[in-house]
Amino acid sequence: MVSVLATAQTFTLDGIAARPVRVEVDVHRGLPAFSVVGLPDAAVREARERVRAALVNCGFEFPLRRIVANLAPASLRKAGPGMDLAIAAALLTASGQLELREMPRLSLVGELALDGSVRPVPGVLAIAEAARERGIEAIVVPAENGPEAALAGEIGVICLESLAQLSALASGDWAPERPEPMPLALSAGDGGPDLADLRGQRHLRYALEVTAAGGHSLLMVGPPGAGKSLAASRLPSILPPLASGEALEVARIASACGRLGEAQVGGRPFRAPHHTVSPAGLVGGGNPPSPGEATLAHRGVLFLDELCEFRRDTLEALRAPLETGWVSIARAGSWRHLPCRFMLVAASNPCPCGRGDADPECSCAPMAVRRYQARLSGALADRIDVLAAIRQPGAEEIGGPSGEPSAAVRARVGAARARQEHRLGPGRCNAEMSPAEVRECALETDAASLLADAYSRRRLSGRAHDRVLRLARTVADLAGSEAIGREQMAQALQLRRRDQE
Amino acid sequence: MSGPSACPDCLRRSRLLAHLAPYIEKVATGALGSRSPELLRLSNEDLLAAVAPKIAGQVLSEIAAVPERRLTADLLAAQCWACCRHDRRFPVGLRDAADAPWALIGRGDPALLERLEPEGTITIVGARRASTYGRGVARELGRELTAAGLLVTSGLAFGIDACAHRGALDVGTTVAVLGCGADLAYPASHRALWRRICEVGLVLSELPPGTGAWRWTFPARNRIMAALAGMTVVVEAAQRSGSLITADLAADLGRDLGAVPGPVNSRGSAGTNDLLAGGACLVRDAQDVLDAMLGPGVRKAERTGPGLEAELLGVLSAVEQGGQTCDAVAAELDLSGAEAASALATLEALGYVSCSLVGCYSRTLQAVPR
Repeated sequence: MVSVLATAQTFTLDGIAARPVRVEVDVHRGLPAFSVVGLPDAAVREARERVRAALVNCGFEFPLRRIVANLAPASLRKAGPGMDLAIAAALLTASGQLELREMPRLSLVGELALDGSVRPVPGVLAIAEAARERGIEAIVVPAENGPEAALAGEIGVICLESLAQLSALASGDWAPERPEPMPLALSAGDGGPDLADLRGQRHLRYALEVTAAGGHSLLMVGPPGAGKSLAASRLPSILPPLASGEALEVARIASACGRLGEAQVGGRPFRAPHHTVSPAGLVGGGNPPSPGEATLAHRGVLFLDELCEFRRDTLEALRAPLETGWVSIARAGSWRHLPCRFMLVAASNPCPCGRGDADPECSCAPMAVRRYQARLSGALADRIDVLAAIRQPGAEEIGGPSGEPSAAVRARVGAARARQEHRLGPGRCNAEMSPAEVRECALETDAASLLADAYSRRRLSGRAHDRVLRLARTVADLAGSEAIGREQMAQALQLRRRDQE
Repeated sequence: MSGPSACPDCLRRSRLLAHLAPYIEKVATGALGSRSPELLRLSNEDLLAAVAPKIAGQVLSEIAAVPERRLTADLLAAQCWACCRHDRRFPVGLRDAADAPWALIGRGDPALLERLEPEGTITIVGARRASTYGRGVARELGRELTAAGLLVTSGLAFGIDACAHRGALDVGTTVAVLGCGADLAYPASHRALWRRICEVGLVLSELPPGTGAWRWTFPARNRIMAALAGMTVVVEAAQRSGSLITADLAADLGRDLGAVPGPVNSRGSAGTNDLLAGGACLVRDAQDVLDAMLGPGVRKAERTGPGLEAELLGVLSAVEQGGQTCDAVAAELDLSGAEAASALATLEALGYVSCSLVGCYSRTLQAVPR
């Protein structure tokens, strides 16, 4: 026997997508050595040590021969420890210690511990779905990832706790049960943060409701400690529950980033990156490209606290994703599309000291205030619809009764969303209306004249004009009326962010 | 009818000023360059002797050698025109002043020159670092006075000046007098405002196109603004503010001087409060200005808006009492967020309140009809 070859099927994560990888292991005579080739990253190369120890500790023999593991296609960069299990299985087959008849129809994913136990890996949901699409019968996954893999639907899922179980599987002594798919939380439930915690702040509550109802974007301006962050963190609780397809999208992204556990608590994701975040951290990047905060906030809320403190290039990077709902990252040799359809919520102080221009205690130089506020009217701010000016709540409001709970607001928001879906099609909201659809919005005569007056007096841009119409449509949906009335147009104009002259 | 014209000598004078700008800067840089109006009284020869005696002869001959063709071609290239003191369209107000410029270089509508009579012109000046209060009042005054048929001039600077121009542009036209060439927007961030004034109003300067701004050119510009108008109103000024130079110059010319009162504990309003203590006319609204300029009750400022329903009146009084945000108004009157939003938007559309970039509402000067 000069040389023996065996193969095993596995997957590697490329962003949030899974790519198939074929592991080929060749065992032949020569000085004992073990090398891994085929563009492995450091974690994959270190698989050699884990596989060697795991094999020995599970009672298998590690062949003292020249071993080469090739990961095909060789042009694809392989990352992460998820290929350990496939390499071990192929090695055991090549050295004649394991005969798995189903091997060609199986796919193996998992990281090995030195004692041979199988550790969970990120991205199992995406991997299981990719395996199902490629017609693979069953996927062998770490036991902890089993419920996640079962979400992928029509594919066998075999949960492995230890490498030793592989031989039991091969001999047919062990027929593992398919694990139950993990439950996907569609909404936050009632235990989490609730809008009832926001006392007073009637206008902010109203702005939040309109923002949620139409999928718009919101900017809150007010002094520190007035409740901006509190309000933002309550926004997911008044959003309608995720559709099951959307929940799967969210789970897929969370799984690829290894944070599925925490994402399932709240339904819609809520991401609040610190203002020192880099452009790559916000929209995704690096090499190989990995998803950023914008993608993690897909179908949820991206909250930028202290908007004026963010680096300009970071905010500029958000512009195209905000319009399209996708991030495209091009790297030499790869090109990646990451979904990022999120609601943007931002908060800012009115001036550098935070008290606000009109407060006599404000000590900021007018030029400093100008410069500070100029950052609020950049190209990004132009894409923000709703402005909520916040003040410090009074003593009687802070000590007063708690506000309306999230469930009541969510019911109204849900009704408004239902009206939008009826008009625009499933899953769509007013913020996504195309210019043609905006033109079709029915306007009462006095609403039209109010808008025309504001258009000339406030010198709205064409974009702002359309944005006011979208907002007015949402206000009308909340009120349950077919055409946009004068009252609703007035409210939309009040909510709409002012542009700097 | 042909447009305004200027004789070569007067145009050469403006070129001489541009040429001597760095020398004048050296001589006039005491206390904000305030000596420049005195220097500008001097004839060409005396001015040269005062600021640059060593190169006097050389400069004179250089300036004299500029061909007439070149003088007009440079103006045309900058889309400017000129009007000198020998043209009958030269503003009447400037003829009174001993230190008046020899020629004005203009960009925009030359027909406005005819309207630049002291009786119908008001200059609004004030601090660049202006408060929200000052900016709001400046804008209101600019708007109301333009609506009442006056021509508002100012200096395109940050703060009060820009707000006065903007208010005037809301309902009509305005004149900006610059401390640099009329073809340059200074400060540069007011380029959009400068362009609008060029389109619908008039930009004036005594310096030839392309001349940059110097410290001394601002007091020099102020003397033109003071002389053009029958009344100068200072909206907000600290002690030792450049706006007070304009006020002094206006008083020296025997023009009316008005000042808008400010909080007594605000350093930013100390200068205007001093002016009032010294006998300047109290300006609370456009009517005060009209009464002072034209005589009491001669012309009424159109400042009453359309009638309001009881609910809107309630919201308006909440804003008057200092309810700055929509939320404060809602809490004060126990309205829902939506009701307060709709009422404030209606009041804004009717011109009773204005809203800042960060969502703070303030009351405008427009009165409610009785």
